[in-house]
Amino acid sequence: MAPHDLRRPFKRPAISDQERRREQSLLRQAQSRRDAQRHARFLASTAFSLPSETLDTILPEPEPTESPEPSQHTDLDVVEASKLKPAEARKWFAKQLMHPEWMIDIPNNLSQDWFVFARPSGKRCFVVSSNGTTISRLRNGSILHRFPSALPNGARRKDVSSGSSHSYSILDCIFHEVDETYYVIDMVCWRGYSLCDCTAEFRFFWLNSKLAETGACDPPSHYHKYRFSLVPVYGCDQNGLHAAYTAPVPYVKDGLLFYNKHAHYQAGITPLALVWKDENCSQYVMDTDSKGQVPNQQQVVLVLLEDGKLTTSDDPPVVFGNLDGSFIQQSGLHSGCLLRFSIGEGGLVLMEGKLEKADLNYLGNANRARASADSFSKVMFQYSVRHSPLRIDDLLGSVSSPIDQETKACDIEMDGC
Amino acid sequence: MFANIKKGVLKHQKKFNIGVSAFSHTLLGFQSRRASLCLSEFQTRYSLHRRFHSLTQRMAIFVCFMALSLVVMSQIMAMEVTQILLNAQAMDGSVRKQAEENLKQFQEQNLPSFLFSLAGELANDEKPAESRKLAGLILKNALDAKEQHRKVEFVQRWLSLDQTLRSQIKVFLLRTLSSLSPDARSTASQVIAKVAGIELPHKQWPELIAALLSNVHQLPAPTRQATLETLGYVCEEVSPDVVDQDHVNKILTAVVQGMNSTEENNDVRLAAIRALYNALGFAQANFSNDMERDYIMRIVCETTLSPELKIRRAAFECLVAISSTYYEKLAPYIQDIFNITAKAVRGDEEPVALQAIEFWSSICDEEIDILEEYGGDFSGDSDVPCFYFIKQALPFLVPMLLETLLKQEEDQDQDEGAWNIAMAGGTCLGLVARTVGDDIVPLVMPFIQENITKPDWRQREAATYAFGSILEGPSPDKLVPLVNMALDFMLTALMKDPNNHVKDTTAWTLGRMFEFLHGSALDSPIITPKNIQQIITVLLQSMKDVPNVAEKACGALYFLAQGYEDAGSASSPLTPFFTEIVHALLTVTHREDAGESRLRTAAYEALNEVVRCSNDETAPMVVQLVPLIMTELHQTLENQSDERQNELQGLLCGCLQVIIQKLGSSELTKYHFMQYADQIMGLFLRVFASRSATAHEEAMLAIGALAYATGSDFAKYMTEFYKYLEMGLQNFEDYQVCAITVGVVGDVCRALEEKILPYCDGIMTQLLKDLSSNQLHRSVKPPIFSCFGDIALAIGENFEKYLLYAMPMLQSAAELSAHTAGADDDMTEYTNSLRNGILEAYSGIFQGFKGSPKTQLLMPYAPHVLQFLDSLYMEKDMDDVVTKTAIGVLGDLADTLGGNAGPLIQQSVSSKDFLKECLSSDDHLVKESAEWAKLAISRAISF
Repeated sequence: MAPHDLRRPFKRPAISDQERRREQSLLRQAQSRRDAQRHARFLASTAFSLPSETLDTILPEPEPTESPEPSQHTDLDVVEASKLKPAEARKWFAKQLMHPEWMIDIPNNLSQDWFVFARPSGKRCFVVSSNGTTISRLRNGSILHRFPSALPNGARRKDVSSGSSHSYSILDCIFHEVDETYYVIDMVCWRGYSLCDCTAEFRFFWLNSKLAETGACDPPSHYHKYRFSLVPVYGCDQNGLHAAYTAPVPYVKDGLLFYNKHAHYQAGITPLALVWKDENCSQYVMDTDSKGQVPNQQQVVLVLLEDGKLTTSDDPPVVFGNLDGSFIQQSGLHSGCLLRFSIGEGGLVLMEGKLEKADLNYLGNANRARASADSFSKVMFQYSVRHSPLRIDDLLGSVSSPIDQETKACDIEMDGC
Repeated sequence: MFANIKKGVLKHQKKFNIGVSAFSHTLLGFQSRRASLCLSEFQTRYSLHRRFHSLTQRMAIFVCFMALSLVVMSQIMAMEVTQILLNAQAMDGSVRKQAEENLKQFQEQNLPSFLFSLAGELANDEKPAESRKLAGLILKNALDAKEQHRKVEFVQRWLSLDQTLRSQIKVFLLRTLSSLSPDARSTASQVIAKVAGIELPHKQWPELIAALLSNVHQLPAPTRQATLETLGYVCEEVSPDVVDQDHVNKILTAVVQGMNSTEENNDVRLAAIRALYNALGFAQANFSNDMERDYIMRIVCETTLSPELKIRRAAFECLVAISSTYYEKLAPYIQDIFNITAKAVRGDEEPVALQAIEFWSSICDEEIDILEEYGGDFSGDSDVPCFYFIKQALPFLVPMLLETLLKQEEDQDQDEGAWNIAMAGGTCLGLVARTVGDDIVPLVMPFIQENITKPDWRQREAATYAFGSILEGPSPDKLVPLVNMALDFMLTALMKDPNNHVKDTTAWTLGRMFEFLHGSALDSPIITPKNIQQIITVLLQSMKDVPNVAEKACGALYFLAQGYEDAGSASSPLTPFFTEIVHALLTVTHREDAGESRLRTAAYEALNEVVRCSNDETAPMVVQLVPLIMTELHQTLENQSDERQNELQGLLCGCLQVIIQKLGSSELTKYHFMQYADQIMGLFLRVFASRSATAHEEAMLAIGALAYATGSDFAKYMTEFYKYLEMGLQNFEDYQVCAITVGVVGDVCRALEEKILPYCDGIMTQLLKDLSSNQLHRSVKPPIFSCFGDIALAIGENFEKYLLYAMPMLQSAAELSAHTAGADDDMTEYTNSLRNGILEAYSGIFQGFKGSPKTQLLMPYAPHVLQFLDSLYMEKDMDDVVTKTAIGVLGDLADTLGGNAGPLIQQSVSSKDFLKECLSSDDHLVKESAEWAKLAISRAISF
C-alpha cells in the first residue's frame, strides 16, 4: 500500500521555469498551428471565388476597372510599407484603399448578392495596428492619428492572444469627427492574415465576430484613445435597404454604400462596391466648388494626356474630348495636368452606356489638392443627379419582388416560343 | 485510375488492420498507476530480468537439454524447485546464475507446472522462508507487469490456464494466509490481490471474498492480520464496480471490527486500519448511510487515540483520505476532528502530528477547488457545496498553526529532503489564507508584531514566515498597506539579521510580496521610483549571501521582473538597473557554491524572466547577452565528459531559448539577433553529443524557437540537424525529448513549408513507428497526429504518398477514441487530447490538398471522417477544444472536397445538429470555426 506522501512544495514556486518554458513553447506551437490553419482557410476561400461565368452574370457589363494591377492587392505588406520613407509610405498607402464607383444604374440581383449600409460622413482612412501602436492614414496616405488602441498589438501591453507582436491588423474606416469615433467599414487584414482575398461576406462576418472581442468598441481609456464602432450592414432586400436608408444611426450619414457579397477587397476603384446618395441621406449630393457653393453647371476634372485627349481617372480611361495642340501650348499645359471643365447645355450623350459626346467648357486648372481626375461613374452620377436622379424608390422597386421579375423574364421568353 | 487507387487503399487498410489491435493497446497504454512494489522486491525483479535477458543470448547451448521430454523435465524441476529458489539467492554469482537459468527454462517449458510448483512452495510450511518468499514474488511477477502491453499479455495468459490448475493455485494461496511464516503470509496476500485483480472483473473467483471473510472471525491473530491485509490489497487492486454491495458491506464490517479497540492485537488493528484506507473508495453507499457513516467515523476517530504510534498515524492517514473522498459528509464530525487533530498537532509525535496538519491542508485543497470552480456562487444544485469548514475553524486553527511555526529545525533550509512540523504548519497556514482571504489577516498580525523583533531567531523567523504565508489570498486592499509598512523592515533584515534562517525566509517573503502584490494590474504599487533603487541594491547584495539565501534573493528578483512584464510603456523602471542586474545574476552562476541549494538554476531562471520582461530600450542589452551565453555554452561543450556540465548546458540552452523567443518577436531585434543564428545552431547541435536527456530537451526547445524566428532560412541547417531530429523522434525512454521533438517538427514545417519535403520520408517513417510502438509513452501520441497535420499543410498534395499509411492509423485511432464510456477523468482527458490530435491531422490534410487536382484521393476517407464527427457529437463528452477542431474539420472537408462531398455532408448529423449547436456556442473560438464550416458547407452544397 502506497504511503500517503505528505511533502508539499516548500518556499518554491509550484511550476519550475523549465516547465514554464515548455508550456510556453507548446502554447506558441498551438498558436502557430491555429494561425497556419486559419491562413489556409482564408487562402482556401480565394479558391471559393465564383467561377468566371457567375461573375459575369453579376456584373451588368464587365467594367474595365475590374482587372486591377496585381501588385496592388496581392503584395499588401504593411510591414514592408512601414519601413518606407514617409513620402513613399504615403504614396503606397494612398493606393491601397478600395473605392466604390458611383451607382449610375442598379445592378441585377441587388437583393441577393449585395450588402447595403449607411456610410458615415467623415475622413476615410486605413487604420493599421502593429508593434504596440495604431496609426490611421488618410486616403492620400498622410497620417491622421498615431494612438494606442485595443486593436491587436495596437498598444504596448501584453496580450497573449494577439500572437507575435509584429503581426498587424488593417481596418478600412471612416473617422467621424463629431463623436471622435472610427467607424469600421471593412477589414483588410487581421492579426497578420490578409483578408483581401476573402469575399465581403466573409470579411464582414469576421469583422463582426472579431472586433468587439478585442475591446476596441469599448469607450476610450488610457490604452485606447479612440472608440471603434461597427456599422450596421444589411442584406440588400427591401427591409435591409429601407433600414439602411431610414434607420437612425449614431453618425451623420453620407449616402449608402453597396458591397457585392462575393467580391474581394481590391485596391482602387471597383464596380463591386457602389455609392449612392440623395438629399435625404447625405448633405453632399451635388459637388460644391471651393467656396462650398453648388455651381450652376456641373464641373468635372479630367486629365490631359500627351495626345491631347481628356480622360477620366478610370483604368482604362474614358475619353471625354480633345484639346488641340495650339491651345495646349498657348495655355502652357502639359500632359498629366488636371483640368477643370463645366458641362454645357449640350450635356453628355450616351449610346448604349458609352459616352458619345460631351459638351465641355474649359475653366482652368483643377485645385492643387486634387490627386486625380474624376471617375467616369462620378461624372455620370453627378450628371444624373442634375437631370434624372436615381431615386430611393427606384432602388426599393428593384429589390421589392425579384421573383416577379424573374417570372416576367421567363414569361417573355415563353411568349417568344 | 480511380478504381486502382481505391483498390490500393483497400489493400492497405487490410494490411493495417492486422497491426491495429496491437496498435490500440499502445495507444491507450498507460504507466502503472502506482509503484506498489517495495524496493527489495523491485531489486529482485530487476536483477532477474537483467539476467534473464543476457541468458536468452546463450539459449542455444541448452537446445539439447530442452529436447528432454516435458514431463521428465517438470518432474525434475518440481523436486528441485526449493533448491533452485534458494540457489537463486545464493552469494555465489555462478550458482545464482545457473539457478536463474533453470527457473527461466522451467517457466518457458511448462508454465502451468511452473506456477503450480511455485504456489505449492509458497504454501508449504515445511519449506524454508527464503524459498517460499521468492516463489511468491516470482508468481506475483508472472501475473502483473509495469508495462501495459506485458500486463495485458499476462492477464490473457493466466485466464487461458486450465481451471482446475488455477483453482489449486488459489487454494494454496488462501491456505498460506494461515501459515506460521509472516513473510509467506504477506507475500500470499499480495499474490491473492493480483489474481483477484485479474479474475474478479471476469466474474471469476466469486467465493474469494466469502473465503476471506470467514477467516476474519475465528482464526488466530496472524491469520486475521494477513486476511485483513489481503482485503486491503484486493480493494486497492480491483475497481469498486466488480465487487457487489453485499460483499462491500461485509468487508467494511470486518475491517471496522478489526479496528475496534476491543481488538487486542495491534498487528490486526494496524492491518484493519490500512485495509480501510484502501477500501474507502468502495464505501460510497455506506458513507451515504448516516448510521453506517457515524459508526465508521467513530471507530476511525477512536483509533487515532491508540497507544501505538503506527496505528495513530494510519488512523490520521485515513482521516486525510476521507477528507478528500467524502468532504461533503464531514460536517457532523468536523468539531470532533478539530479537537483530535489539535491535540495531535500540539502533543503527539511528529509522524502523527504531520498527518494531523495534513488533514487541514487537505480540507483547504477541497475548499479552494470548490470555491474556484463555482466562483463562490452556489446554486442549490451544485455538485459539492462548500461548507466553509476552514472559515468556521479559523479562530482555533490559526493559533494552532502559528504555534507550529516556532518548532523549526536548525538547518532545514540547507536540507532538500526536510519536512517537519514547522514546514507543514506554515504550508497549511498559506493554504488557509488562500481559502479564507481577508479574514486571516487580523488573526495573524498580532503574532507577527509580537515576534518579529524578538532576540530569539525562532520567533523572528516564525513571524516572517507567517507574514509571507498570508500574502496570497487576502485582497491587495488589505495587504498593500501592511506591505508598505513592512517593506523597509524586511530589506533591513535581509541585510542585517545575524541568522541565515531568518534571512532565507525574509528573502522568500519579499519574493511573495512581488509575486502577489506587484504588477500592472494593481492600483497602488508597492514598488515606487523612491524605493526601487534600494530594493534592487539589497537583492543584488543578498545574492552574495550563503547559497540558500542567495537562491531566495534570485527568486525575489524573478517576481520583481515579472511584475513589469505587462508594464507596456517603452520605458520600464527596471531599465536603469538592467545591466547591473544581468551582471549580478551572471556572477551568481559563476559562484563556486552555485551547485548548492539550486542556486545556479535560480539565477538562470531570474535571468530568463528579466529577459522576458525586457523592452525596446533594453533589447540592445539582451542582444549583447547572446555572445556571453554562447561563450558559456561553448565552454561546457569543451568539457563534455564532466557530467556536471550537462545540467549547465540545459540551463544555458533554456536561457538562449528565452532570448531567441524574445528577440525574434520584433522585426528590429530579430535582425540584430540573426547575426548569431549560425553559431548558435552549431552549438545546439553539439549539445546533442551529451548524454543528458534534459540537455537534449532544452536544446530541442531552443531549436524550435530558432526555427520559428528564422522562418524559411532555417532550411540551411536541415542537412546537419536532420539526424538529431530523427534521434529525438526515436528516443522512447526519455519520452519528453520525443514529445518536444515532435513539436519541433511542427515548428520546422511551418518555417520551411514545402522545403521540408526532402526530409518528410524519414520523418513520417519515424512518426509512424512511434505510433505503433508500445514502449513510447502514450502522451506523445496525440501530438504526433497533430504533426501529421503540420506536415500535410506544409507539403500540400505531396502528402499523397503518406495517405495510405497515415489514414488507416488515423481511422483506427479515431474509432478507439470515439467512445469514452466508463473512463475515469484522466482517461477522458487523454481521449480528448487524442481526438484533438486526430482532428488536427484531418484538418491539415484537407487544407493541404485544397485546390489540388488530387483532392479526389481524399474522397474514400470522407465517409469515415464524417462518421467520426457524428459519433463524437453523439457521445456528448467533447471539451471545447475538441469541439472547435471537430467543427473546423467539417468545414475543411467541405472546403476541399466541395460538391463531390455534398450529399455525404448533408447526410451527416454533424452538418445539422452539431453545426447548429456550435453556431450558438458561448465559446467564440467554437463559434468562429462553426461560421467557417457553415460557409464552406453552403458552398459545397450549392455547387
